[in-house]
Amino acid sequence: MRRSGSFIDNVDWILILLFFVAVIAGWINIYAAVYNEEFQSIFDTSQSYGKQLLWIGTSVILAAVILLIDERFFSTFAYVIYGIVLFLLVLVIVIGAETKGATSWFEIGGFKIQPSEFSKFATNLALAKYLSALNMQFKTFKTKILAACIIGIPAIFILLQNDTGSALVYAAFILVLYREGLSGSFLVVGIVTAILFILTLFFQNETFNFPFEITLDGTFVLIGTIAIILLFIFYFNRAKKRIILPLVVILIGSIGLIKSVDYVFENVLEPHQSKRINVLLGIESDPKGAGYNVNQSLIAIGSGGFAGKGFLQGTQTKYDFVPEQSTDFIFCTIGEEWGFLGSLFVIALFMTLLIRILFLCSRQRSTFARIYGYGVASIIFFHFAINIGMTIGLAPVIGIPLPFFSYGGSSLWSFTILLFIFIKMDADRLEVL
Amino acid sequence: MNHLESRRFVIGFIFLLVGLIFLIRLFYVQVIDDHYKLDADNNVLRKIIKYPARGLIYDRNGELLVFNEAAYDLMIIPKQVPKEMDTLEFCNLLEITKPQFIEKILKAKAYSYYKASVFEKEISSMSYAKIQEQLFKYPGFYVQLRTLRTYPQAVAAHLLGYVGEVDQSMVEKNPYYRSGDYIGISGLEKKYEEILRGKRGVEIQMVDVFNREKGKFMDGIYDSTAVSGSNITTALDISLQQYGELLMQNKKGSIVAINPSTGEILAIVSTPSYDPNLLVGRVRSNNYVALTKDTLKPLFNRALMAKYPPGSTFKSINALIGLEEEVLYPNTYYSCNMGYYFAGRRMGCHSHRSPVNLEYSIETSCNAYYCNVFRSIIEKYPTSEEGYEVWRDYVTNFGLGVKTGIDLPNELEGFIPQPSYYDRYYQKGKWNATTIISLAIGQGELGFTPLQMANMTATIANRGYYITPHIAKTIDGKPIQELDSSIQKVETGIAAEHFDKVVDAMAKVVERGTGTMARLDSIAVCGKTGTIQNPHGDDHSSFIAFAPREQPQIAISVYVENGVWGSRWAAPIAGLMIEKFLNDTISDKRKWLEQRMFDGNLISNTAKKQ
Repeated sequence: MRRSGSFIDNVDWILILLFFVAVIAGWINIYAAVYNEEFQSIFDTSQSYGKQLLWIGTSVILAAVILLIDERFFSTFAYVIYGIVLFLLVLVIVIGAETKGATSWFEIGGFKIQPSEFSKFATNLALAKYLSALNMQFKTFKTKILAACIIGIPAIFILLQNDTGSALVYAAFILVLYREGLSGSFLVVGIVTAILFILTLFFQNETFNFPFEITLDGTFVLIGTIAIILLFIFYFNRAKKRIILPLVVILIGSIGLIKSVDYVFENVLEPHQSKRINVLLGIESDPKGAGYNVNQSLIAIGSGGFAGKGFLQGTQTKYDFVPEQSTDFIFCTIGEEWGFLGSLFVIALFMTLLIRILFLCSRQRSTFARIYGYGVASIIFFHFAINIGMTIGLAPVIGIPLPFFSYGGSSLWSFTILLFIFIKMDADRLEVL
Repeated sequence: MNHLESRRFVIGFIFLLVGLIFLIRLFYVQVIDDHYKLDADNNVLRKIIKYPARGLIYDRNGELLVFNEAAYDLMIIPKQVPKEMDTLEFCNLLEITKPQFIEKILKAKAYSYYKASVFEKEISSMSYAKIQEQLFKYPGFYVQLRTLRTYPQAVAAHLLGYVGEVDQSMVEKNPYYRSGDYIGISGLEKKYEEILRGKRGVEIQMVDVFNREKGKFMDGIYDSTAVSGSNITTALDISLQQYGELLMQNKKGSIVAINPSTGEILAIVSTPSYDPNLLVGRVRSNNYVALTKDTLKPLFNRALMAKYPPGSTFKSINALIGLEEEVLYPNTYYSCNMGYYFAGRRMGCHSHRSPVNLEYSIETSCNAYYCNVFRSIIEKYPTSEEGYEVWRDYVTNFGLGVKTGIDLPNELEGFIPQPSYYDRYYQKGKWNATTIISLAIGQGELGFTPLQMANMTATIANRGYYITPHIAKTIDGKPIQELDSSIQKVETGIAAEHFDKVVDAMAKVVERGTGTMARLDSIAVCGKTGTIQNPHGDDHSSFIAFAPREQPQIAISVYVENGVWGSRWAAPIAGLMIEKFLNDTISDKRKWLEQRMFDGNLISNTAKKQ
């Protein structure tokens, strides 16, 4: 063991500071969101802000415990932890309590625990373990399938719990895979697929009138447009023989995708999910129903103005116009009471956190720690992007918490564990051979 | 290090790109776009309009004529009404049917999703008590206090007017008003709208998503209190008004009584009338339609809007003009042989002794005498037109053919032709005094309102001037003369001594001439009868009078349509009104006459004939 400097010197205090800032800012805003003249003490544990303080306290203890555990524990027991979590994910489907249509909670005493929150770090550990052991052989088809299975199995279990939002989080691992060698075309294909999906939703109910009284179905026009674009690429590209096959594959893939959108929309997605997507895209307007949350959330954030209404002065969140204001919609309270300056603060905070993690990843000697770090960043990023995106109408309403800010024990514990395992790995980076 | 190392920049770039997009979007939503702030206010702020109490109206003796009664408007904010509300229970509470409920909801939504509108109007205090207990169950609904006018005496409907909701054109024209506000639509309510309405106040309350009140917005710094409307004390003598309406029951016509020395209106009766309480609250629109369909036109205010030729009552005016123009002297005699003969035509007269002097001409209402007087006025001047212009100016100085300026809306000017009118009719220079000779006896084209005739009578009573007639006496205790500069003394330009001659004659009319039905034992009444030729049926009965002869306290004009002679209906009614006003009681000797007036029914008569 070559120990260079003490733990105090090696641990990344910047991340720890960012963690505390986020957690405390979240706690203050939970207080503001559910503020009520009757219960003025921020320490009142009968109120959610009081409870959140308990969660914060226990999280700090958890963090301390993690920092004390030997770093090798995580890589050694990665699969074991993953296995336990998978077992819990199945168990919760059988004996879990149902809340808001999802059976993803264990009720123990007065407390509720959501195993899907903990499966994030477990999956991340397992994936890091698996990929780090490969020794640059990620290119084989078999490893890709296995990696996809590690990510996909918990996601499927969570889907079975009816918690689509939490399941979608696992899509974030595509960034990790990309970093570790997955072809960039997967990212591109993913993005293009999403764009095509959205375009199809827009176009499928339209008809287009062309000269000579030709009326064409929207999807037909879309396919035609893609075909024309591909023809142009083919025409202007000199290596015609080489690209003809990919172009045909793209065309057939696009047609297949476009034609399957309707099926996916009607049969795969739940009606409320289809509706949320339609509302987000402005295809449907339903300010009292599916659009209510986003509409009220935008009103709350928008009414904050540049400097906000002031601490505890927010009317939209305080008077319950915004739903789920202390959990999924906590960002509304920040936007309303602290204005654009508050929004800027939160976004800057997350950006700093994410970029700091990326920076720390690049100084890891251990592949395991590096991959785990990318996983941490990707998961936090996905939560951040979807959560804030949904409050400002840029993403569909998917009920996932804002890391460190949203009220909730499971969520805070899970993010604390997720982050501090990485901090621990980073602190011990010099001990790695 | 390998090529994958650089992929961290791609990942970092994705992170930063999303962060940047969020910041741009947030900047737009929070700083640039204002409509979310308005939505937020609409969400949380509820403006409760504090409607001021409308000013009260009293009569000259402090008797209350109009006051306010509480009523409640149930307001709705459609956005806050939950989808799953218990409509059945709600309908039962409001005593409405489900289709009505749906219709009202749709109407409110059509108006605005976010803004409050009236769901159910003018709920009585009784029903409100019941609704209030349950209202907490229905988010999106709240009540707003309104007031309704109440008329304890149920008289003077035309004069007091009524209050109704503002129409859309008024809302667009006058920024004070908002849809659903009340506004005076006729009578004093309209004329003194701005004084009576007071000033609306507003209280801005914060509510939460369940419509629970959360206190005042910004501790009430944007709130304003309602300022009650000013009270108006009118010059009306409500017992005289009531008595006049009784005398005129079942007759078409009008009574206007003025205090000549002040121009104060003591009573304005127009019959047929209606109970002003009919045009209040939820029943208003139905009753209004019924009243407009009534063939007797109860909404028509004859006192200000019916034009009648003045008839013989106008002879006094011609006498005065003749005296002032020095073409007539008290001892000028004209002979009358059953009429006046000119240009091969005859203006008929009744049988009386001849020749006739001024006093006797008025007393006996000689037509021929006034044809001579009128002709000598016109012919005093080189051309008929000039002569006519002079005569016309005198007439208008009596407030005839011009608006008197009374403080009521929709007053008619009446009609005295301009010379151009006759030019058009007979060609310029082709007409003369004889062409228009019917003006001499108050017939022909002339058309004056009963109010103008009463004002003319007041002018005679004052011996040469009148004060702009007005109903309001004080507003919040301040004399109206201080507040309204349009109340003025108008001189006729005719010397007072000439009036004495005419007054003498008018005293004789009542003492022993055509107006004896208006004679009172204790009081010297001066009057003049009129019988207005009516091509459509029986002639109209009219009478003008004032009393006492010296320092007159009341000047009155009475019109009874189809009452034939002035002496038959108008004179007794005028006499009874004067007696009631000056003595407060009707002497036993005249009780029979009073009863005859009460019982007289000229409406069923005309109905029979038609």
